[in-house]
Amino acid sequence: MSPSMVGLSIFVLSCFIGYHVIWGVTPALHTPLMAVTNAISAIVVVGAILVAGGSLPSTDGSIQATELIGFFAVLLASINIFGGFVVTNRILAMFKKKK
Amino acid sequence: MMLQLTQDQFALAYLIATVLFILGLKGLSGPKTALRGNLFAMIGMGIALVVTLLNPELQQYRWVTYGLVGGAIIGTAVALKIQMTAMPQLVAALHSFVGLSAVLVAAGTFLQYQERGEVLSAVFLTEIAVGSFVGAITFTGSLIAFGKLQEILSSNPLVFKGQHWLNFSLAVVMFVCAGGFVMTEELIYFNLMTAIAFLLGFLLILPIGGADMPVIVSMLNSYSGWAASATGFTLGNNLLITTGALVGSSGAILSYIMCKAMNRSFLSVVLGGFGGEAQASAGNSTAGKNVKSASVEDLAFMLENAEKAVIVPGYGMAVAQAQHAIKEIVEILQKKGVDCRFAIHPVAGRMPGHMNVLLAEADIPYDCVLEMDEINGDFTTTDVTFVIGANDVINPAAKTDTSSPLYGMPILDAYKSKHVFVSKRSMKAGYAGVDNQLFYYDNCSLVFGDAKATCEALARALKET
Repeated sequence: MSPSMVGLSIFVLSCFIGYHVIWGVTPALHTPLMAVTNAISAIVVVGAILVAGGSLPSTDGSIQATELIGFFAVLLASINIFGGFVVTNRILAMFKKKK
Repeated sequence: MMLQLTQDQFALAYLIATVLFILGLKGLSGPKTALRGNLFAMIGMGIALVVTLLNPELQQYRWVTYGLVGGAIIGTAVALKIQMTAMPQLVAALHSFVGLSAVLVAAGTFLQYQERGEVLSAVFLTEIAVGSFVGAITFTGSLIAFGKLQEILSSNPLVFKGQHWLNFSLAVVMFVCAGGFVMTEELIYFNLMTAIAFLLGFLLILPIGGADMPVIVSMLNSYSGWAASATGFTLGNNLLITTGALVGSSGAILSYIMCKAMNRSFLSVVLGGFGGEAQASAGNSTAGKNVKSASVEDLAFMLENAEKAVIVPGYGMAVAQAQHAIKEIVEILQKKGVDCRFAIHPVAGRMPGHMNVLLAEADIPYDCVLEMDEINGDFTTTDVTFVIGANDVINPAAKTDTSSPLYGMPILDAYKSKHVFVSKRSMKAGYAGVDNQLFYYDNCSLVFGDAKATCEALARALKET
Protein backbone atom coordinates (compact mmCIF):
# COMPACT_ATOMS: atom_id res chain seq x y z
CA MET A 1 0.00 0.00 0.00
CA SER A 2 1.42 3.41 -0.92
CA PRO A 3 1.71 6.07 1.80
CA SER A 4 -1.07 8.07 0.12
CA MET A 5 -3.36 5.06 0.27
CA VAL A 6 -2.60 4.61 3.98
CA GLY A 7 -3.34 8.30 4.42
CA LEU A 8 -6.62 7.95 2.56
CA SER A 9 -7.72 5.03 4.74
CA ILE A 10 -6.94 6.97 7.88
CA PHE A 11 -8.73 10.00 6.46
CA VAL A 12 -11.95 8.14 5.70
CA LEU A 13 -12.00 6.39 9.07
CA SER A 14 -11.33 9.70 10.84
CA CYS A 15 -14.32 11.26 9.11
CA PHE A 16 -16.49 8.55 10.67
CA ILE A 17 -15.00 9.17 14.11
CA GLY A 18 -15.59 12.89 13.61
CA TYR A 19 -19.17 12.27 12.57
CA HIS A 20 -19.96 10.31 15.72
CA VAL A 21 -18.08 12.51 18.15
CA ILE A 22 -19.51 15.77 16.81
CA TRP A 23 -23.13 14.61 16.93
CA GLY A 24 -22.55 14.04 20.64
CA VAL A 25 -21.70 17.69 21.23
CA THR A 26 -24.52 19.55 22.98
CA PRO A 27 -25.93 22.44 20.86
CA ALA A 28 -25.32 24.89 23.70
CA LEU A 29 -21.59 24.36 23.20
CA HIS A 30 -21.49 24.82 19.44
CA THR A 31 -19.62 28.11 19.69
CA PRO A 32 -16.80 26.69 21.85
CA LEU A 33 -16.79 23.69 19.49
CA MET A 34 -15.99 26.01 16.60
CA ALA A 35 -13.35 27.80 18.64
CA VAL A 36 -11.61 24.60 19.69
CA THR A 37 -11.76 23.02 16.23
CA ASN A 38 -10.21 26.25 15.04
CA ALA A 39 -7.35 25.79 17.45
CA ILE A 40 -6.72 22.18 16.53
CA SER A 41 -6.98 22.76 12.78
CA ALA A 42 -3.92 24.94 13.34
CA ILE A 43 -2.11 21.59 13.52
CA VAL A 44 -0.84 22.71 10.10
CA VAL A 45 1.80 24.29 12.33
CA VAL A 46 3.61 20.94 12.03
CA GLY A 47 4.09 21.55 8.32
CA ALA A 48 4.84 25.21 8.90
CA ILE A 49 7.67 24.39 11.33
CA LEU A 50 9.24 21.98 8.85
CA VAL A 51 9.19 24.71 6.19
CA ALA A 52 10.50 27.46 8.46
CA GLY A 53 13.32 25.37 9.90
CA GLY A 54 13.90 22.84 7.16
CA SER A 55 16.74 24.55 5.30
CA LEU A 56 20.16 25.52 6.59
CA PRO A 57 20.63 29.29 7.07
CA SER A 58 22.34 30.81 4.05
CA THR A 59 26.06 31.43 4.48
CA ASP A 60 25.92 35.12 3.55
CA GLY A 61 23.19 35.81 6.12
CA SER A 62 20.47 36.68 3.60
CA ILE A 63 16.91 35.55 4.26
CA GLN A 64 15.69 32.71 2.06
CA ALA A 65 12.21 32.48 0.57
CA THR A 66 11.35 29.30 2.46
CA GLU A 67 12.39 30.86 5.76
CA LEU A 68 10.09 33.81 5.21
CA ILE A 69 7.18 31.70 3.95
CA GLY A 70 7.66 29.30 6.84
CA PHE A 71 7.83 32.12 9.37
CA PHE A 72 4.48 33.55 8.31
CA ALA A 73 2.92 30.09 8.23
CA VAL A 74 4.13 29.39 11.76
CA LEU A 75 3.02 32.82 12.96
CA LEU A 76 -0.54 32.45 11.60
CA ALA A 77 -0.91 28.91 12.90
CA SER A 78 0.46 29.91 16.28
CA ILE A 79 -2.03 32.79 16.56
CA ASN A 80 -4.73 30.22 15.91
CA ILE A 81 -3.47 27.73 18.46
CA PHE A 82 -3.16 30.21 21.29
CA GLY A 83 -6.12 32.37 20.29
CA GLY A 84 -8.36 29.33 19.78
CA PHE A 85 -7.52 27.55 23.02
CA VAL A 86 -7.55 30.66 25.20
CA VAL A 87 -10.90 31.85 23.90
CA THR A 88 -12.40 28.35 24.24
CA ASN A 89 -11.21 28.28 27.82
CA ARG A 90 -12.79 31.67 28.47
CA ILE A 91 -16.13 30.61 27.03
CA LEU A 92 -16.20 27.29 28.86
CA ALA A 93 -15.29 28.95 32.14
CA MET A 94 -18.45 31.04 31.78
CA PHE A 95 -20.52 27.90 31.42
CA LYS A 96 -18.94 26.47 34.53
CA LYS A 97 -19.89 29.29 36.85
CA LYS A 98 -22.99 28.35 38.84
CA LYS A 99 -24.29 25.10 37.57
CA MET B 1 17.38 0.35 12.73
CA MET B 2 17.90 3.26 15.06
CA LEU B 3 16.17 5.63 12.65
CA GLN B 4 13.29 3.23 12.24
CA LEU B 5 12.71 3.24 15.96
CA THR B 6 12.69 7.00 16.27
CA GLN B 7 10.24 7.25 13.40
CA ASP B 8 7.95 4.91 15.25
CA GLN B 9 8.33 6.99 18.36
CA PHE B 10 7.35 10.08 16.41
CA ALA B 11 4.34 8.29 15.01
CA LEU B 12 3.37 7.12 18.48
CA ALA B 13 3.58 10.64 19.90
CA TYR B 14 1.43 11.94 17.06
CA LEU B 15 -1.06 9.14 17.69
CA ILE B 16 -1.31 10.17 21.35
CA ALA B 17 -1.94 13.74 20.22
CA THR B 18 -4.70 12.50 17.89
CA VAL B 19 -6.38 10.61 20.71
CA LEU B 20 -6.19 13.66 22.95
CA PHE B 21 -7.86 15.78 20.26
CA ILE B 22 -10.70 13.27 19.96
CA LEU B 23 -11.11 13.20 23.74
CA GLY B 24 -11.09 16.99 23.71
CA LEU B 25 -14.00 17.12 21.27
CA LYS B 26 -15.81 14.41 23.19
CA GLY B 27 -15.59 16.54 26.33
CA LEU B 28 -17.89 19.07 24.68
CA SER B 29 -20.82 16.70 25.07
CA GLY B 30 -21.67 18.57 28.29
CA PRO B 31 -20.61 21.74 30.12
CA LYS B 32 -19.20 19.75 33.03
CA THR B 33 -16.63 17.83 31.01
CA ALA B 34 -15.92 20.57 28.49
CA LEU B 35 -13.10 22.38 30.29
CA ARG B 36 -11.27 19.12 30.90
CA GLY B 37 -11.74 18.31 27.21
CA ASN B 38 -10.16 21.59 26.23
CA LEU B 39 -7.21 20.75 28.49
CA PHE B 40 -6.80 17.40 26.71
CA ALA B 41 -6.77 19.15 23.35
CA MET B 42 -4.17 21.63 24.61
CA ILE B 43 -1.94 18.81 25.85
CA GLY B 44 -2.35 17.11 22.48
CA MET B 45 -1.24 20.26 20.70
CA GLY B 46 1.66 20.65 23.12
CA ILE B 47 2.86 17.11 22.39
CA ALA B 48 2.54 17.68 18.64
CA LEU B 49 4.58 20.90 18.88
CA VAL B 50 7.37 19.45 21.04
CA VAL B 51 7.70 16.33 18.90
CA THR B 52 7.84 18.38 15.71
CA LEU B 53 10.53 20.62 17.19
CA LEU B 54 12.60 17.48 17.90
CA ASN B 55 12.40 16.40 14.26
CA PRO B 56 15.94 15.76 12.95
CA GLU B 57 14.96 17.35 9.61
CA LEU B 58 15.06 20.74 11.31
CA GLN B 59 18.24 22.65 10.51
CA GLN B 60 17.58 25.87 12.39
CA TYR B 61 15.15 27.28 14.95
CA ARG B 62 15.36 31.01 14.35
CA TRP B 63 12.23 31.58 12.25
CA VAL B 64 10.31 28.84 13.99
CA THR B 65 10.87 30.55 17.32
CA TYR B 66 9.94 33.98 16.00
CA GLY B 67 6.73 32.61 14.54
CA LEU B 68 5.68 30.58 17.56
CA VAL B 69 6.43 33.29 20.11
CA GLY B 70 4.92 36.06 18.01
CA GLY B 71 1.78 34.01 17.40
CA ALA B 72 1.49 33.10 21.07
CA ILE B 73 1.62 36.74 22.12
CA ILE B 74 -0.81 37.99 19.47
CA GLY B 75 -3.21 35.05 19.82
CA THR B 76 -3.37 35.17 23.60
CA ALA B 77 -3.76 38.95 23.70
CA VAL B 78 -6.62 38.93 21.20
CA ALA B 79 -8.37 35.98 22.87
CA LEU B 80 -8.25 37.62 26.28
CA LYS B 81 -9.53 40.98 25.07
CA ILE B 82 -12.22 39.96 22.60
CA GLN B 83 -15.83 40.69 23.53
CA MET B 84 -18.19 37.73 23.49
CA THR B 85 -20.50 39.50 21.03
CA ALA B 86 -17.56 39.61 18.61
CA MET B 87 -17.00 35.83 18.71
CA PRO B 88 -18.33 35.18 15.18
CA GLN B 89 -15.85 37.68 13.74
CA LEU B 90 -12.97 36.19 15.73
CA VAL B 91 -13.80 32.70 14.56
CA ALA B 92 -13.99 33.88 10.94
CA ALA B 93 -10.63 35.64 11.27
CA LEU B 94 -9.02 32.55 12.77
CA HIS B 95 -10.38 30.39 9.93
CA SER B 96 -8.72 32.70 7.46
CA PHE B 97 -5.37 32.25 9.22
CA VAL B 98 -5.54 28.47 8.99
CA GLY B 99 -6.36 28.84 5.30
CA LEU B 100 -3.44 31.14 4.55
CA SER B 101 -1.11 29.04 6.65
CA ALA B 102 -2.06 25.97 4.59
CA VAL B 103 -1.31 27.87 1.36
CA LEU B 104 2.10 28.93 2.69
CA VAL B 105 2.93 25.42 3.87
CA ALA B 106 2.05 24.02 0.44
CA ALA B 107 4.18 26.62 -1.35
CA GLY B 108 7.07 26.32 1.12
CA THR B 109 7.10 22.53 1.07
CA PHE B 110 7.17 22.53 -2.72
CA LEU B 111 10.07 25.01 -2.87
CA GLN B 112 12.01 23.08 -0.26
CA TYR B 113 11.64 19.73 -1.97
CA GLN B 114 12.60 21.31 -5.28
CA GLU B 115 15.71 22.87 -3.73
CA ARG B 116 16.76 19.51 -2.39
CA GLY B 117 16.45 18.18 -5.91
CA GLU B 118 14.02 15.42 -4.96
CA VAL B 119 11.99 13.66 -7.59
CA LEU B 120 8.39 14.75 -7.07
CA SER B 121 5.59 12.32 -7.87
CA ALA B 122 2.33 13.34 -9.49
CA VAL B 123 0.47 12.31 -6.34
CA PHE B 124 2.65 14.56 -4.21
CA LEU B 125 2.17 17.52 -6.57
CA THR B 126 -1.59 16.95 -6.59
CA GLU B 127 -1.60 16.98 -2.81
CA ILE B 128 0.36 20.26 -2.83
CA ALA B 129 -2.12 21.76 -5.30
CA VAL B 130 -5.19 20.66 -3.33
CA GLY B 131 -3.73 21.93 -0.05
CA SER B 132 -3.06 25.28 -1.62
CA PHE B 133 -6.38 25.95 -3.30
CA VAL B 134 -8.54 24.70 -0.45
CA GLY B 135 -6.49 26.89 1.87
CA ALA B 136 -6.74 29.86 -0.47
CA ILE B 137 -10.53 29.64 -0.77
CA THR B 138 -10.77 29.31 3.01
CA PHE B 139 -8.57 32.36 3.45
CA THR B 140 -10.37 34.89 1.26
CA GLY B 141 -13.80 33.42 1.96
CA SER B 142 -13.24 33.85 5.68
CA LEU B 143 -11.96 37.37 5.15
CA ILE B 144 -15.24 38.31 3.46
CA ALA B 145 -17.22 36.58 6.21
CA PHE B 146 -15.18 38.53 8.75
CA GLY B 147 -15.84 41.79 6.89
CA LYS B 148 -19.58 41.13 6.81
CA LEU B 149 -19.74 40.15 10.49
CA GLN B 150 -17.61 43.12 11.54
CA GLU B 151 -19.84 45.27 9.31
CA ILE B 152 -16.90 46.60 7.33
CA LEU B 153 -18.76 45.17 4.36
CA SER B 154 -22.51 45.32 3.86
CA SER B 155 -24.18 42.17 5.16
CA ASN B 156 -26.57 42.34 2.22
CA PRO B 157 -25.94 39.73 -0.43
CA LEU B 158 -24.04 41.07 -3.43
CA VAL B 159 -25.53 39.52 -6.52
CA PHE B 160 -24.89 40.22 -10.18
CA LYS B 161 -25.82 38.58 -13.44
CA GLY B 162 -23.74 35.65 -14.57
CA GLN B 163 -22.23 35.23 -11.12
CA HIS B 164 -22.51 31.47 -11.04
CA TRP B 165 -21.15 31.12 -14.55
CA LEU B 166 -18.19 33.32 -13.65
CA ASN B 167 -17.44 31.20 -10.57
CA PHE B 168 -17.82 28.02 -12.56
CA SER B 169 -15.47 29.21 -15.31
CA LEU B 170 -12.91 30.34 -12.75
CA ALA B 171 -13.07 26.95 -11.06
CA VAL B 172 -12.45 25.23 -14.40
CA VAL B 173 -9.44 27.47 -15.11
CA MET B 174 -8.18 26.80 -11.60
CA PHE B 175 -8.30 23.04 -12.13
CA VAL B 176 -6.57 23.39 -15.51
CA CYS B 177 -3.77 25.33 -13.81
CA ALA B 178 -3.57 22.64 -11.11
CA GLY B 179 -3.24 20.03 -13.87
CA GLY B 180 -0.53 22.10 -15.53
CA PHE B 181 1.34 22.32 -12.24
CA VAL B 182 1.19 18.58 -11.64
CA MET B 183 2.46 17.83 -15.15
CA THR B 184 5.18 20.48 -15.49
CA GLU B 185 6.19 21.23 -11.89
CA GLU B 186 6.35 24.90 -12.93
CA LEU B 187 5.81 27.39 -10.10
CA ILE B 188 3.93 29.77 -12.39
CA TYR B 189 1.01 27.32 -12.67
CA PHE B 190 0.96 26.94 -8.91
CA ASN B 191 0.87 30.71 -8.43
CA LEU B 192 -1.83 31.19 -11.04
CA MET B 193 -3.94 28.43 -9.53
CA THR B 194 -3.61 29.89 -6.03
CA ALA B 195 -4.43 33.40 -7.28
CA ILE B 196 -7.64 32.15 -8.89
CA ALA B 197 -8.52 30.29 -5.69
CA PHE B 198 -8.10 33.52 -3.73
CA LEU B 199 -10.45 35.27 -6.13
CA LEU B 200 -12.96 32.41 -5.94
CA GLY B 201 -13.03 32.64 -2.15
CA PHE B 202 -14.07 36.30 -2.42
CA LEU B 203 -16.67 35.67 -5.08
CA LEU B 204 -18.23 32.68 -3.34
CA ILE B 205 -18.95 34.46 -0.06
CA LEU B 206 -19.87 37.95 -1.33
CA PRO B 207 -23.39 36.94 -2.47
CA ILE B 208 -24.29 35.48 0.92
CA GLY B 209 -26.47 37.54 3.26
CA GLY B 210 -26.02 38.17 6.98
CA ALA B 211 -28.72 35.76 8.12
CA ASP B 212 -27.00 32.87 6.36
CA MET B 213 -23.76 33.52 8.20
CA PRO B 214 -24.21 30.66 10.70
CA VAL B 215 -24.06 28.25 7.77
CA ILE B 216 -21.15 30.02 6.13
CA VAL B 217 -19.06 30.27 9.28
CA SER B 218 -19.63 26.54 9.85
CA MET B 219 -18.79 25.80 6.22
CA LEU B 220 -15.51 27.72 6.42
CA ASN B 221 -14.79 25.88 9.67
CA SER B 222 -15.16 22.71 7.69
CA TYR B 223 -12.91 23.99 4.86
CA SER B 224 -10.16 24.89 7.30
CA GLY B 225 -10.24 21.26 8.43
CA TRP B 226 -10.06 19.90 4.89
CA ALA B 227 -7.16 22.25 4.21
CA ALA B 228 -5.31 20.78 7.21
CA SER B 229 -6.05 17.27 5.95
CA ALA B 230 -4.71 18.09 2.50
CA THR B 231 -1.53 19.42 4.12
CA GLY B 232 -1.31 16.14 6.02
CA PHE B 233 -1.41 14.18 2.76
CA THR B 234 1.39 16.37 1.37
CA LEU B 235 3.60 15.77 4.37
CA GLY B 236 2.56 12.16 4.83
CA ASN B 237 1.59 13.04 8.39
CA ASN B 238 -1.32 11.08 9.85
CA LEU B 239 -1.87 13.49 12.71
CA LEU B 240 -2.73 16.27 10.27
CA ILE B 241 -4.93 13.99 8.18
CA THR B 242 -6.92 12.83 11.20
CA THR B 243 -7.22 16.23 12.84
CA GLY B 244 -8.25 17.83 9.58
CA ALA B 245 -10.90 15.18 9.07
CA LEU B 246 -12.27 15.73 12.59
CA VAL B 247 -12.51 19.49 12.07
CA GLY B 248 -13.84 19.04 8.55
CA SER B 249 -16.66 16.77 9.65
CA SER B 250 -17.41 19.03 12.62
CA GLY B 251 -17.93 22.02 10.35
CA ALA B 252 -19.92 19.96 7.87
CA ILE B 253 -22.27 18.70 10.58
CA LEU B 254 -22.77 22.20 11.96
CA SER B 255 -23.59 23.47 8.46
CA TYR B 256 -26.09 20.67 8.09
CA ILE B 257 -27.75 21.47 11.44
CA MET B 258 -27.95 25.16 10.53
CA CYS B 259 -29.41 24.47 7.07
CA LYS B 260 -31.99 22.14 8.55
CA ALA B 261 -32.98 24.75 11.14
CA MET B 262 -33.63 27.20 8.29
CA ASN B 263 -35.26 24.61 6.04
CA ARG B 264 -32.82 25.57 3.29
CA SER B 265 -30.74 23.30 1.17
CA PHE B 266 -26.99 23.69 1.56
CA LEU B 267 -26.75 24.41 -2.15
CA SER B 268 -29.22 27.29 -2.00
CA VAL B 269 -27.26 28.86 0.86
CA VAL B 270 -23.97 28.51 -0.99
CA LEU B 271 -25.42 29.97 -4.17
CA GLY B 272 -26.42 32.96 -2.07
CA GLY B 273 -28.67 35.93 -2.65
CA PHE B 274 -31.12 35.18 0.16
CA GLY B 275 -32.34 37.94 2.44
CA GLY B 276 -31.35 41.59 2.69
CA GLU B 277 -32.97 44.48 0.94
CA ALA B 278 -33.03 42.81 -2.45
CA GLN B 279 -36.11 40.86 -1.40
CA ALA B 280 -38.89 43.24 -0.58
CA SER B 281 -41.64 42.05 1.68
CA ALA B 282 -44.26 40.05 -0.10
CA GLY B 283 -46.55 39.87 2.89
CA ASN B 284 -49.58 41.61 1.45
CA SER B 285 -51.84 39.16 3.23
CA THR B 286 -51.35 41.07 6.45
CA ALA B 287 -51.99 44.53 5.01
CA GLY B 288 -54.71 46.42 6.79
CA LYS B 289 -54.47 44.35 9.95
CA ASN B 290 -53.54 46.05 13.17
CA VAL B 291 -50.85 45.32 15.68
CA LYS B 292 -51.21 45.97 19.38
CA SER B 293 -48.52 47.82 21.21
CA ALA B 294 -47.85 47.53 24.91
CA SER B 295 -45.88 49.58 27.42
CA VAL B 296 -43.02 48.26 29.51
CA GLU B 297 -45.29 48.55 32.58
CA ASP B 298 -47.89 46.28 30.97
CA LEU B 299 -45.18 43.75 30.28
CA ALA B 300 -43.82 43.99 33.84
CA PHE B 301 -47.30 43.44 35.25
CA MET B 302 -47.93 40.40 33.06
CA LEU B 303 -44.53 38.89 33.77
CA GLU B 304 -44.68 39.11 37.54
CA ASN B 305 -48.14 37.61 37.61
CA ALA B 306 -47.16 34.77 35.34
CA GLU B 307 -46.50 31.27 36.55
CA LYS B 308 -44.35 30.28 33.61
CA ALA B 309 -42.44 32.68 31.41
CA VAL B 310 -40.16 32.03 28.44
CA ILE B 311 -37.65 34.47 26.96
CA VAL B 312 -36.72 34.10 23.29
CA PRO B 313 -33.47 35.92 22.48
CA GLY B 314 -32.24 36.60 18.93
CA TYR B 315 -29.55 38.46 17.09
CA GLY B 316 -31.14 41.76 18.12
CA MET B 317 -30.26 40.98 21.73
CA ALA B 318 -26.61 40.55 20.74
CA VAL B 319 -26.57 43.78 18.76
CA ALA B 320 -28.14 45.76 21.60
CA GLN B 321 -25.93 44.00 24.22
CA ALA B 322 -29.08 43.44 26.26
CA GLN B 323 -28.00 40.16 27.91
CA HIS B 324 -26.91 41.72 31.20
CA ALA B 325 -30.19 43.59 31.62
CA ILE B 326 -31.99 40.33 30.85
CA LYS B 327 -30.05 38.55 33.56
CA GLU B 328 -31.36 41.11 36.04
CA ILE B 329 -34.94 40.58 34.85
CA VAL B 330 -34.62 36.83 35.25
CA GLU B 331 -33.21 37.14 38.76
CA ILE B 332 -36.06 39.37 39.90
CA LEU B 333 -38.68 37.12 38.32
CA GLN B 334 -37.21 33.98 39.83
CA LYS B 335 -37.19 35.64 43.24
CA LYS B 336 -40.87 36.37 42.73
CA GLY B 337 -41.46 32.70 42.05
CA VAL B 338 -41.91 32.90 38.29
CA ASP B 339 -40.59 29.88 36.41
CA CYS B 340 -38.46 31.73 33.87
CA ARG B 341 -36.58 29.94 31.08
CA PHE B 342 -34.94 30.64 27.72
CA ALA B 343 -35.76 29.18 24.32
CA ILE B 344 -32.95 29.12 21.77
CA HIS B 345 -33.50 28.55 18.07
CA PRO B 346 -30.54 26.81 16.39
CA VAL B 347 -29.94 29.71 13.99
CA ALA B 348 -30.43 32.53 16.48
CA GLY B 349 -27.45 34.85 16.12
CA ARG B 350 -24.58 34.77 13.70
CA MET B 351 -22.94 31.46 14.56
CA PRO B 352 -23.99 28.15 16.09
CA GLY B 353 -24.44 28.47 19.84
CA HIS B 354 -24.04 32.27 19.76
CA MET B 355 -26.95 32.97 22.14
CA ASN B 356 -25.84 30.34 24.67
CA VAL B 357 -22.45 32.02 24.96
CA LEU B 358 -23.93 35.48 25.46
CA LEU B 359 -26.32 34.23 28.13
CA ALA B 360 -23.52 32.32 29.85
CA GLU B 361 -21.44 35.49 29.75
CA ALA B 362 -24.24 37.30 31.58
CA ASP B 363 -24.07 34.57 34.24
CA ILE B 364 -27.42 33.03 33.40
CA PRO B 365 -27.32 29.37 34.57
CA TYR B 366 -27.24 27.07 31.54
CA ASP B 367 -29.85 24.67 32.90
CA CYS B 368 -32.62 27.20 32.28
CA VAL B 369 -31.47 27.76 28.69
CA LEU B 370 -33.25 25.24 26.47
CA GLU B 371 -32.97 24.23 22.83
CA MET B 372 -35.93 24.39 20.47
CA ASP B 373 -36.81 20.69 20.66
CA GLU B 374 -36.64 20.69 24.44
CA ILE B 375 -38.99 23.61 25.00
CA ASN B 376 -41.39 23.69 22.06
CA GLY B 377 -43.90 21.44 23.78
CA ASP B 378 -44.05 23.75 26.79
CA PHE B 379 -45.31 26.89 25.04
CA THR B 380 -48.96 25.87 25.37
CA THR B 381 -48.64 26.02 29.16
CA THR B 382 -46.56 29.20 29.15
CA ASP B 383 -48.26 32.36 30.39
CA VAL B 384 -45.93 34.96 28.93
CA THR B 385 -43.34 34.69 26.19
CA PHE B 386 -41.02 37.65 25.82
CA VAL B 387 -39.18 37.87 22.49
CA ILE B 388 -36.07 40.03 22.31
CA GLY B 389 -34.53 40.67 18.93
CA ALA B 390 -35.79 37.52 17.24
CA ASN B 391 -38.18 37.58 14.30
CA ASP B 392 -38.18 34.94 11.58
CA VAL B 393 -37.67 32.08 14.05
CA ILE B 394 -41.07 32.76 15.67
CA ASN B 395 -43.05 33.54 12.51
CA PRO B 396 -46.07 31.19 12.35
CA ALA B 397 -46.13 31.73 8.58
CA ALA B 398 -43.45 29.03 8.49
CA LYS B 399 -46.22 26.61 9.47
CA THR B 400 -49.34 28.07 7.94
CA ASP B 401 -48.49 30.02 4.79
CA THR B 402 -47.33 27.77 1.98
CA SER B 403 -46.41 30.81 -0.15
CA SER B 404 -44.02 32.20 2.47
CA PRO B 405 -40.27 31.90 1.85
CA LEU B 406 -40.06 30.68 5.42
CA TYR B 407 -42.57 27.87 4.91
CA GLY B 408 -41.31 24.60 6.35
CA MET B 409 -38.71 26.14 8.62
CA PRO B 410 -38.93 24.79 12.16
CA ILE B 411 -39.91 27.63 14.52
CA LEU B 412 -40.25 28.24 18.22
CA ASP B 413 -43.97 27.92 18.96
CA ALA B 414 -44.10 31.20 20.86
CA TYR B 415 -47.52 31.92 19.37
CA LYS B 416 -49.01 29.06 21.39
CA SER B 417 -48.37 30.75 24.72
CA LYS B 418 -51.15 32.78 26.38
CA HIS B 419 -49.43 36.11 25.82
CA VAL B 420 -46.52 37.06 23.60
CA PHE B 421 -44.61 40.31 23.96
CA VAL B 422 -42.10 41.24 21.29
CA SER B 423 -39.46 43.88 21.88
CA LYS B 424 -39.01 45.61 18.52
CA ARG B 425 -37.23 48.64 17.22
CA SER B 426 -39.65 49.23 14.34
CA MET B 427 -42.10 47.37 12.14
CA LYS B 428 -39.32 46.38 9.74
CA ALA B 429 -39.41 42.81 8.46
CA GLY B 430 -36.87 40.21 9.58
CA TYR B 431 -33.84 39.07 7.62
CA ALA B 432 -35.83 36.91 5.28
CA GLY B 433 -37.71 40.08 4.29
CA VAL B 434 -40.95 38.46 5.40
CA ASP B 435 -43.69 40.13 7.43
CA ASN B 436 -44.22 38.39 10.75
CA GLN B 437 -47.79 37.11 11.06
CA LEU B 438 -47.38 36.65 14.79
CA PHE B 439 -47.56 40.42 15.31
CA TYR B 440 -51.19 40.40 14.14
CA TYR B 441 -52.26 37.60 16.48
CA ASP B 442 -54.67 38.54 19.27
CA ASN B 443 -52.34 37.27 21.98
CA CYS B 444 -49.36 39.28 20.72
CA SER B 445 -48.30 42.78 21.75
CA LEU B 446 -45.30 44.75 20.57
CA VAL B 447 -43.08 46.74 22.91
CA PHE B 448 -41.39 49.35 20.74
CA GLY B 449 -37.89 50.61 21.45
CA ASP B 450 -34.28 49.56 21.64
CA ALA B 451 -33.90 46.07 23.14
CA LYS B 452 -31.43 47.13 25.80
CA ALA B 453 -33.44 50.23 26.82
CA THR B 454 -36.60 48.11 27.00
CA CYS B 455 -34.94 45.45 29.13
CA GLU B 456 -33.43 48.01 31.49
CA ALA B 457 -36.76 49.78 31.85
CA LEU B 458 -38.41 46.43 32.47
CA ALA B 459 -35.92 45.56 35.19
CA ARG B 460 -36.62 48.92 36.89
CA ALA B 461 -40.37 48.45 36.61
CA LEU B 462 -40.12 44.98 38.13
CA LYS B 463 -37.99 46.23 41.01
CA GLU B 464 -40.49 48.94 41.91
CA THR B 465 -43.37 46.57 42.47
